[in-house]
Amino acid sequence: MKTKIFPLFLIFTFSIIFFVFYKGLQNTNIYTPETKSEIKIPNFQTKEFFSKDKINSDQIFIGSDYYLLNIWASWCVPCKEEHKYLMDLSKKENIKIIGQNYKDNFDNAKNFLINLDNPYDLIFFDNDGTIAIEWGAYGVPETFLIKNNLIIKKIIGPLNEKILSEIKELTK
Amino acid sequence: MNILKFLVSVTFLICFSSSDLKAKNLEIEITKNLRCLICQGQSVYDSDSEFANSLKILVEKKLNEGLDEKQIYAYLKNKYGDWILYDPGFSKNTYFLWLLPILMFVFGGAIILKKVILNKKKL
Repeated sequence: MKTKIFPLFLIFTFSIIFFVFYKGLQNTNIYTPETKSEIKIPNFQTKEFFSKDKINSDQIFIGSDYYLLNIWASWCVPCKEEHKYLMDLSKKENIKIIGQNYKDNFDNAKNFLINLDNPYDLIFFDNDGTIAIEWGAYGVPETFLIKNNLIIKKIIGPLNEKILSEIKELTK
Repeated sequence: MNILKFLVSVTFLICFSSSDLKAKNLEIEITKNLRCLICQGQSVYDSDSEFANSLKILVEKKLNEGLDEKQIYAYLKNKYGDWILYDPGFSKNTYFLWLLPILMFVFGGAIILKKVILNKKKL
């Protein structure tokens, strides 16, 4: 009796392990621990994309109900995928889309906007990536929904249909 | 006079280079204790990813602004949570992490002790 139970137990254990790891394959490998849900937006100085004028962050996030900060770069492939969702959101009146151009070449970035259209109300530079760290971001693309100078939603990775409808629901 | 000039410039050079070296060492020490969040199992110091490179620049900037090691850790912890530190401090989120080895040690010790006592009784 004992000899029969043991192989069965072994098979059972291994199939559970296989199942867990197989499921784990589909998860993203960026581990994001829970942090405080609503964080105040950081304060930073940067330059505006087209005019290259110096600009302070408190001049950017003022006057609109909602802001969507999108960190993007022309070299980033998922940024092209999410572009259509940003174009969709740019039609909404109560939400201003701010672009943060991450470690990019100006001409490439400009061409990106000419080819795919510009969803952004304002774009600023983040040439060394330190402003992204101020936001607590991981890389490109990353999107932050902001209300009253608080980050109310953080999206790591490209936008998709589901997130788009969530954002629309939040900014009704 | 020339010798004096030479000596002064040399002492200046030595002073500045050693303080530079100290700052650089501190920067390396800090970045070694930071987890690169987008790479697996690498510290920020070891990694060459965009994220890690930005973080290195940021640490250097913060050190120049006059922040010390602890302040930089606190600043990054506020942004990314405890996970970014390889050596997280003792807090209500991490007490289990710190106490578990001690608990295991005590528990294991108790089991061994019990066995030893039982064996002695048998003898």
